[in-house]
Amino acid sequence: MIGRLRHMLIKEFIQVFRDKRARFFLFGPPIIQMLIFGYAATLEIKHVPTAIVDYDNSQVSRDLISRFTASRYFDVRHRLADSRQIAAVIERGDAVLAIQINAGFARRVRKGQVAHVQVIVDSSNSNTALVGLGYVNEVTGAFAGDYQLETLQRTSPLAIARMPKIVLDRRPWYNTDMSSQWFFVPGVIGNLLLVIVMTLTAFAVVREREIGTLEQIMVTPIRRAEFILGKTIPFFLIGLFDALLISSVGTLWFKVPLRGSLAVLTLGTVLFLFCVLGIGLFISTVSLTQQQAMVTGFFFIMPSIIFSGFGSPISSMPTFLQYLTYINPMRYYQTVLRGIYLKGVGLEALWPHLAAMALIGGVMLTISILRFHKSLE
Amino acid sequence: MNGASSAVVVTDLVKRFGDFVAVDAISLEARKGEIFGFLGPNGAGKSTTIRMLCGLLRPTSGQAQVSGLDVATQPEQVRQNIGYMSQKFSLYNDLTVSENLNFFAGMYSVGRSDLTSRLDWAIDMAGLRGRENSFTGTLAAGWKQRLALGCAVLHRPQVLFLDEPTSGVDPLSRRKFWDMIHTMAAEGVTVFVTTHYMDEAEYCNRLVLIDRGKIVASGSPLELKQKYMAGDLLLVECDEIGTALELLQGAPGVDDAAIFGNALHLVVPKASAAIAAVTSYLSQHGITVQTIEPIRPSLEDVFVSLTTARTGAATEKPIP
Repeated sequence: MIGRLRHMLIKEFIQVFRDKRARFFLFGPPIIQMLIFGYAATLEIKHVPTAIVDYDNSQVSRDLISRFTASRYFDVRHRLADSRQIAAVIERGDAVLAIQINAGFARRVRKGQVAHVQVIVDSSNSNTALVGLGYVNEVTGAFAGDYQLETLQRTSPLAIARMPKIVLDRRPWYNTDMSSQWFFVPGVIGNLLLVIVMTLTAFAVVREREIGTLEQIMVTPIRRAEFILGKTIPFFLIGLFDALLISSVGTLWFKVPLRGSLAVLTLGTVLFLFCVLGIGLFISTVSLTQQQAMVTGFFFIMPSIIFSGFGSPISSMPTFLQYLTYINPMRYYQTVLRGIYLKGVGLEALWPHLAAMALIGGVMLTISILRFHKSLE
Repeated sequence: MNGASSAVVVTDLVKRFGDFVAVDAISLEARKGEIFGFLGPNGAGKSTTIRMLCGLLRPTSGQAQVSGLDVATQPEQVRQNIGYMSQKFSLYNDLTVSENLNFFAGMYSVGRSDLTSRLDWAIDMAGLRGRENSFTGTLAAGWKQRLALGCAVLHRPQVLFLDEPTSGVDPLSRRKFWDMIHTMAAEGVTVFVTTHYMDEAEYCNRLVLIDRGKIVASGSPLELKQKYMAGDLLLVECDEIGTALELLQGAPGVDDAAIFGNALHLVVPKASAAIAAVTSYLSQHGITVQTIEPIRPSLEDVFVSLTTARTGAATEKPIP
């Protein structure tokens, strides 16, 4: 038993590490993707390309505009003389926001009348549009408040003392700077492990089926369990090593703090890998060719990531989809990753998530092993 | 049937895939040290039978014993006692010759004391001395096939199953391969082989002809020729071979006619009488006979006459 498994493992490792390209594939892309994801996967909206049309050309309007140019959220790229140019600029994608200040703006403000500022926004990306509008609102609101305050100070300084004021004291926990990099980097670990380990496992089995060696092995006295272990142990170890590699990039390069226990993180990773190996084996039982395995794999990867809370929060999904996320191991792993990295919580908070992964992993592996037996027929 | 001298005993073996009966109540017996040939057209059920005997497929019903072990209930013990080589070349192309051999030796738990000598034997047999570290993928088909045979017999199996082992291999390599098969059989290994090369079938001690899941004939090559070719065989070379075939199939005194290469083979009750009759029958219809002579039947004649006799409108179904 041990002898056969040992030979199976030797063979798998020789095959995996034999050529340079395969070796690179195991460890190169994870690091590169971590770097790409770390920089590019962000929810923050900064430097919104903005166009401004100022028909008023007054001291007040220039004041307001300077608030936009000074803000890091806006990148005022175009000062247009004519509002008819707005459409062209937005159509080309040179600007997402256009702010138009009409003639008479300063006069109306001074008279205490309602002064309109028109904002045109490219809503094809609804999120950017929404956030951008929010920023505009904030900037103009602050401008209006300051202007009122100044006016009051000149006219009736006493009234200022009696003005009610509500000030927000912001205390962001866990991620003080609210850096979305900190939010995404731990999550990327889960995504990369899923893609790499699932694909490798599924392909390793399907390739043997495709070239006929699976049949040749199955006429030897090898037990199914030995074969399955021989096929999963290498990718389990590679997965663990990749996890170490990617998380090192997160900690050393992106300086994402690892506040919780490394042991709990390792436990969570091991349980998650069980789930992924289960899915990989499952794919290998429903695919006859590597091409089929790839398409089936894709079918698993997309929903796993979308329904995990990696990007958009689960709480904003429709209720029935929220229930669906409970069978997604990635959902629990994401919670574990962010819980340990950013919140620094331990077993006391994360045990339900770990237990869920253990359960899903157990079920998944059992189904796959049973299916695997049948698929040999 | 007695187990002591029988390596393979099959009784009423059936395999169904849904509605399709791939193997229909086959019974057969192969003795120890025998080269047992399994013949039949594509889709006849040859591979399915072999795969059941190797424990790769579960029989729908019936029994099969290999080396006295039941394939349905003791598949693991069966596998330790058999070697298997399929038509599809199945070694690891990305492993070297010796890595492949070591892997299969490990799968069969070849003992440490025996290992070196078995590996040496396999390398010599395959003619790969000096190429132990070549990648298997770079070997020519003949070498690959001999290496596959080596891998399949490292553990000295008592029964060797070969499923169309020589397809896609050049004639010289086929020859060498069969020499090795004969050597192993002489050492007491039972060789169970499927083929559709008729010259290879002649090498077998015993043949079973299978068509659409059923055994249609069995016996030694000689027995088959005598038993199933009632009458004499004539070779006819003539013009308009297609027309001649049509004419002769309905002609009086001709039991059967078939095209072989660019000539016709006729089955007739008596050669001496038929030669004159056929020649004049054909010339009456304006066809000139160049050659007409009695010949000894080949297995191919037997094979064609047995399977064409049964071929109706049946379509071949591939084995899933």
